[in-house]
Parts: sequence; C-alpha cells; structure tokens
Amino acid sequence: MTLLEIRDLGKRFGGLDAVKDVSLDVEEGRITAVIGPNGAGKSTLFNLIHGYYRPTSGSVTFKGDDITNSSPHHAVADGIARTFQTTHLFDDSTLLENVLAGRIVRSKSTIFDAVFHTPRHRRESRINKDKAMEALEFCEIDTHRHDLASNVPQEVQKRTAVAMALATEPELLLLDEPAGGIPEEETTDFGNLIRSLPKRGVSVLLVEHKMSMIMGLADTILVLDHGQKLALGTPAEIQSNPDVIRAYLGSTAEEKK
Amino acid sequence: MTLFIQQLFNGLALGGVYCLAAIGLTLVFGVLRIPNLAHGALYMLGAYLTYFFLTTIGVPYIAAIGIAAIMLFVVGVGLERLVFHPLRNSPHTHHMIAAVGAMFFFQALAQAIWGADFRRMDTPITGELRILGAEISAQRIVIIVVAVIVLALLAWFIKRSIHGQTIEAIEQDRVGASLVGINPSMVSMLTLGLSALLATIAAGLVAPINLLSPTMGDALNLKVFAIIILGGLGSLPGAIVGGFALAIAETMTATYISSGVGEAVAFIVLVAVLAIKPTGLFTKAVQR
Amino acid sequence: MNALKNPRLLGMLAVVIVLAAAPIFFAEQNYAMRVVTVGMCAAIAVYGLNIILGFTGQLSLAQGGFFGIGAYGVGLLTTDFDWSFWSAFIVTIIGTAAVGYLCGLIALRTKDEYFAIFTMAIGFIIFLVISRWESVTHAHSGVNNVKFPEGGGIIDFESPVAMFYLVFVILLICIYVTHAIRRSSVGRTLLTIRTSEDLADAIGVRVGFSKQLAFAASAVLGGIGGGLYATVVGFIGPDSASIDKTFEFLMFILVGGMGTVAGPLLGSMIVTFLFELFQDFQAYRFIVLGPIIVALVIFAPRGIIGYLGGIVDRRSRKQKIAEARRTADGASPEYDTAKSGTVTSGIDPEETK
Repeated sequence: MTLLEIRDLGKRFGGLDAVKDVSLDVEEGRITAVIGPNGAGKSTLFNLIHGYYRPTSGSVTFKGDDITNSSPHHAVADGIARTFQTTHLFDDSTLLENVLAGRIVRSKSTIFDAVFHTPRHRRESRINKDKAMEALEFCEIDTHRHDLASNVPQEVQKRTAVAMALATEPELLLLDEPAGGIPEEETTDFGNLIRSLPKRGVSVLLVEHKMSMIMGLADTILVLDHGQKLALGTPAEIQSNPDVIRAYLGSTAEEKK
Repeated sequence: MTLFIQQLFNGLALGGVYCLAAIGLTLVFGVLRIPNLAHGALYMLGAYLTYFFLTTIGVPYIAAIGIAAIMLFVVGVGLERLVFHPLRNSPHTHHMIAAVGAMFFFQALAQAIWGADFRRMDTPITGELRILGAEISAQRIVIIVVAVIVLALLAWFIKRSIHGQTIEAIEQDRVGASLVGINPSMVSMLTLGLSALLATIAAGLVAPINLLSPTMGDALNLKVFAIIILGGLGSLPGAIVGGFALAIAETMTATYISSGVGEAVAFIVLVAVLAIKPTGLFTKAVQR
Repeated sequence: MNALKNPRLLGMLAVVIVLAAAPIFFAEQNYAMRVVTVGMCAAIAVYGLNIILGFTGQLSLAQGGFFGIGAYGVGLLTTDFDWSFWSAFIVTIIGTAAVGYLCGLIALRTKDEYFAIFTMAIGFIIFLVISRWESVTHAHSGVNNVKFPEGGGIIDFESPVAMFYLVFVILLICIYVTHAIRRSSVGRTLLTIRTSEDLADAIGVRVGFSKQLAFAASAVLGGIGGGLYATVVGFIGPDSASIDKTFEFLMFILVGGMGTVAGPLLGSMIVTFLFELFQDFQAYRFIVLGPIIVALVIFAPRGIIGYLGGIVDRRSRKQKIAEARRTADGASPEYDTAKSGTVTSGIDPEETK
C-alpha cells in the first residue's frame, strides 16, 4: 500500500527551483531512500513533506489525506516524524527527558489535569514513560537514559534523535542523513537499527550520503539532481543506470575509494 | 496649506532625529545581532551631557554636542566591553536583560546628577525662516541640515573608510569577515560607540525643542525600535526611510487627527508590522 | 512518597515554613508585615514572568504593565465604582486574562528579540494609558483608599496579619501550579520551545498556541499580583505599571533562578529585603542595582535555586546512571558520563511515577 504520495512537487526560492516536479511513492513497510549530490534539493524535499515549507506546486498525500499545506505539528500528529541532518537534541536534558519530549504530541492531559493530579494525568504520565523507555530500548540506548544529551557520543545522539521521533508513534519516519558524522565502522549497527524499523510498523524515507549503507538498506531509491528526478528504482537498477553513474555514483565512488 | 508646509518641516526635522537614533540601533543589530534596549538611555544621556556643556559650562552649541557625542562614544565602547562582550555566547534573553539593567543604571545616574524634574535647554539658535508662507523655526532647519550632513558623512564612512567597510562586511557575514582577518570584537566596540555618538547628535539637536528628563529615552526607544522593525533589522536604508516615514506620519496625525493618536502611531506601526510579518518588513527570508 | 529524600522539596518546605511563621515574630510591626506582604504580591507576578521567561524562554517586558492593570482594575472598581473587593478582583483577573490573550495573538507570531520588543511596546502603552488617561485613572493623583477584602466571621483583612495570610495562600497556590506545570507535559512543551522552536515544531509541539497560552498565563499572574498589591497598599499611582516594575521582577527572578519552582519566591524575598536596605536612596538605587543585574546575568545567570538545583540534579543523576549501568550487566562505556556541570531541564521523569 502506498503510504505517502508525492506528486509533481515543486519549490521555488526567488526564481531558483530548489525542487521541481518530483513524484515519489513511499510504500508501507518499506525503506525508501533519496540520494543526490549536495544542493540537489533533498533536505528541501523533506521540509516540503513535513510542512516547514509551502510548496509552490504539486501535492503531498499521506494515507489518502492531502497534507500539502499542513503544518509540521499536524504532520507529526498525523504520523510523520522526522530527524534533522545536524542532530537537534535538548542538550541540557537527559536522554529520557529528550525522548519524553516526543510524547508531547500524544499527550491529551491539560494544565488542569496536572494541577489537580487527575487519574488521566497519572495514567498518561505512566504511559508516556513506558513508551519513552520502549523507544530507548528499541534504539539500544536505554543504559544511557540518565546521561545528558551533550555528554554522549555522536552515535548515541543520533540514536536518541531516532528514539525521540519514534516516541511520537509515527507511521512514517523521515531520516535526514541519519548516519552523518558517525564513524564508518559503526554505520552497520546503525543500518541494522533502520532496517528493523519496518518490522515495528514504521516505514522509512531517508536521505543519505553513505552509498554503501543505502545500497544494502533501501528497497527503492530516488536520485535527485538539481532538484529534479534523475532516476527511480531498486538499488540494482540505480547502480546500473548510466545517468546516475555519470552524474553521481561515478564521481563519489571514486572519491570514496 | 501653510499649516501643511509647517507640519511637513516639523516632520522632516523630527525624521532627521529619528533617523540618527535609529541608524545606530540598526547598525548594532546588524553587527552584534542584539537589540540594544539601552539605546534610549544613551540618547537621554547624550541630551543631558549636551545640556551640561551648553548651559553649565557654557561652550557653544555645536561644540557642546560634539563633546557630548565623543563622551558617549566612549560610553558606548564601555557598554560593549563590560556588558555585551561577556554575554556574546549567552542565550538571547540574557543580553536583553543586561541591556535593561544598563538602561536603569543610566537613568538613575542622570536622575542623581540632574534630578528627576524636567529641564529646559534654551536654544542658542533663534529666529525663523519663511518658506512658502510658513514660519519655520531656525532650530528645525538646523536639525534637518545637520541630520542630512551626518547621514551623508556616515554613508561616506561606511562605503569609503576601512572601519566602515569592516562594519558592513561583518553585518553581511560575521564568520566570513573573521576569516579574512577582520577582528569582530573591535568592530563591535566601534559600532556601539558609533551608535551612541549618533544618538547623542540626535538628542543634542532635538533637546531645545523638547524637555529633558531621565525617562525621555523610553518613548524614543519604542519609536526607534518601531522604525527599525519597519525598515528591517540591520538595514540602513530601511532605518532612514522608516525614520522619516514614522516622523511625518506622527506629525500629520497629531495635526489633523489628535495628538493622542500621533503619539500612538509608533505603537500602531509596530504592532501592525509584527502582526503582518512577524520578522519585520523588508527582511530577507532566512533559509532553514 | 519519599518526599523527605527530595532535597528540592525539603528546601521549598523550609522557605514556606519560615515565611508562614513570619507573622509570629513581626505581628506587632505593621511596617515589616507590609513589606513582606508586598514582596509576596510581587512574587506572584514573578511566577507569571517565570512561565514566559523561565519556562518558555521569551523575555516579556510587559509584566509590569499587567501588574498595573491588576492594581488599577481592583483600585478603580473598588473606589470609583464602589464594588466589593472580591468581585473587583475576579473581574480584574478575567480582564488581564483577556488582555494577555489578545496580546498573545500577536506575540505568538514573534520570537526572541521581536517578542521582547513587542512586549516592551505593550508594557509602555499600558503605562501611557494609565498615566495619561486622567478622566478614568486620575493619572498622577493615583487611586486612594482601595478597599480591603471583605472578610467573614472572625477574619478581618484590615489586620496586616490576615492580609499576610491571604496573599500567602494565593502565593502558595501559584507555587503549586508552577510545580504542577513543570512536571507535566505542559511544562515539557514550554521547555521544548525554550530550547529550540524548530525542534519543538518537528516533534509536533504547537509552538505558537503554547506561547500564546504561556503569555496569557503570565499576564494573569501579573494581574493577580497587582490586584493584591492594590488592596495591601491601599494607594496606587502610575508607577505601579511602569517598566521599573518589570525591571524589579526581572531582578527577583534572576536572583532566585529562572525556570525554577522556588526561585521566584526566594528571589523576591531576598531582593525585597535589599530594596529595604537601599530605601533611603529610593530614586538612586538603580545606580547600584543596574550593575548588579548586569553582573548577575554575566556571572551567575542561573540564580540561587538554579545552582542548588544543578548540584542536586547532578548528584541524583550520578546515582541513577550508576543504577542503570548495574542493571545493564556490565555494559560500561569508557567515557565519563557524570562530569557535566550543566543543569538539566528540570523535568524529572521519575517524579511523575
């Protein structure tokens, strides 16, 4: 089933097309990847899907509902979570507190519940904590739960960002360069974490630079170049696509080796 | 028609004062990325020092403004060194609170020295000019002329001199500027000093028309912030256009509607701009 | 409930008990009673400032204005309109809530310096209206003979001690509400906004709406503080709405600690005491206090409670980290986890159990 449908999406910044006529289907239970050189419009595409930017053309549909012009907090409430390219965390808070922040969107209790300590407030506090712990355990960082976010290594921070996103109970997770800044040898572990997400009922759309990681991970790959679609297909198809090799894979593959 | 010409010149004179005060504030925002909430207090201090040199010491009017401006330049530099520099890496609320602290310090200081009562500074420039049938006081003509000269000098300074160019460079790109060897902390000092100097010239010019009091900077503070938000924080042309626009709007509404409305114009402008475009008009959208 | 093991709660209790016992020692000294009572009125407004500045991270310079609306609301309604105190008080609270909510409609769209400038404008306008609208507010002549709250039975609020306990009880409620907000998801929402609006947005927080509510709540507490102030003092002038008041509140919260539960109370009491020491130089006290506030922001921005809380948090975190490690069967990373000196956001998830 198609979870997210992007149709002819476009965004112009003062006469320049950051994204142009991009169409993509994200299938439920799959991992879809977007790749492309720097400035290809990958992050802009994410920002369009999540509602940070209003697209100048095209539409985004999530589970059959048009969400083209909805705002980020609606997107999260609808079930689309995201992480950022540069890890955004609450540095002065512990990992558990960070992940608990992800529970805000699912919290119904109001200030009155908090003041009067109603059963709903107590029940919700308990549920929130259980869900946050579950997300931490899933990301295998529960032993760090009382550490401050600024004190843990980069990889744990990246995992915390994922756990925080998972705490919002998304059906679709947008990961913006999830393995960026992680040493090469640790990317396998991180790849395994991403691979286990669909089993949890979370489909994934990710942007990534590390080619080796993408090829073993993604079911479908969209290649962007100058904001436009260059190719779309399975990893095998992408790897053998002459346009892609010329524009992107060829050059970076050589640089990497 | 005579009334209109009269009020137009009043508006232009007031606009000159607003411009001088607003330009310093917008420069400080451009370079230091902070709204200097103590700007109105610097303006007030400039007015009192001009008053002191003119009335108590007895130096000529222009010289009094000049000496006061130079002293305020030093005060501005001191403010940057002692208050804003130590806070450059703090959360944005901290330097605003510190600026409010500085503002109260200056106000209390002025009150301790000169008292809380209003003071009048008699203008040494008397006489009136007849322009198109309207009687314009010479003081207002002086304000307009001096404001234009100072603005021209400032434009020349920023475009031509090394110091001015570094201010412009930092305003555009702080990181890039430090990469090419510009010392940002030097430029920050210079900018705050310059902003205090310009505010003093504005205050010295307008003091003979208005009364002096330790809280005279409060209303001006609000107005210059309205101007630079209207013109775009950090934009020099914006501050000039905004300054004259607000001044003329103020004098005209005060003349043709009521003085109360005239006083409220700055506030209405501020609220309207923030309601329509919360980051101010004319500001470039920052890409996330 | 292991409240006795919680140093935060113990500290709070100690301050509250000392304050509650104050009338025993000062009951005969009306002046001292009044000073402390006025300080508590200010503390209520400071708890309002705490919500918007401490929790949400937005500098509001309108708090003095809302305090003034509260004071003039109660003052004018009980004198010129001859209402009873309680009806005037309730109507005033509703009024400040409405003004705060309306201002919040614009404030929610602004942030950081724009928010501060906008609220500065609001505060200034409120002051202008109060000090210039002579036919209604009497401008500089102020409002005299504000009514005392009507007591019932043996309670007579003309006695300073009764008045003290009235303000004290309302202050306690404010403190409890602050505490409740802080450990709930509402508090977490505000702290999220303080840290990063972008990140808050990304995890589904309704940033603008939350900011508007926080601003309205801070206005309401400002109004409550002002309303009580009017009845405690009996006479109010335009200076009760001036930006000087805002500045005093800022000083209170800075000394005590922004974003803490006990900070506003402790800061208000300490600085009120300092103000009394300086009171011979009333007009010039800012010559000393201005630099003090600058120094506080530069050298001790977390305030007394902020620093104490930091120590407590670090200790309890160390214990919890050790515990987490033990249960994790030797999964021991090689970096030092407890070295940090930074304060946590303060929402202790264990507390909510």
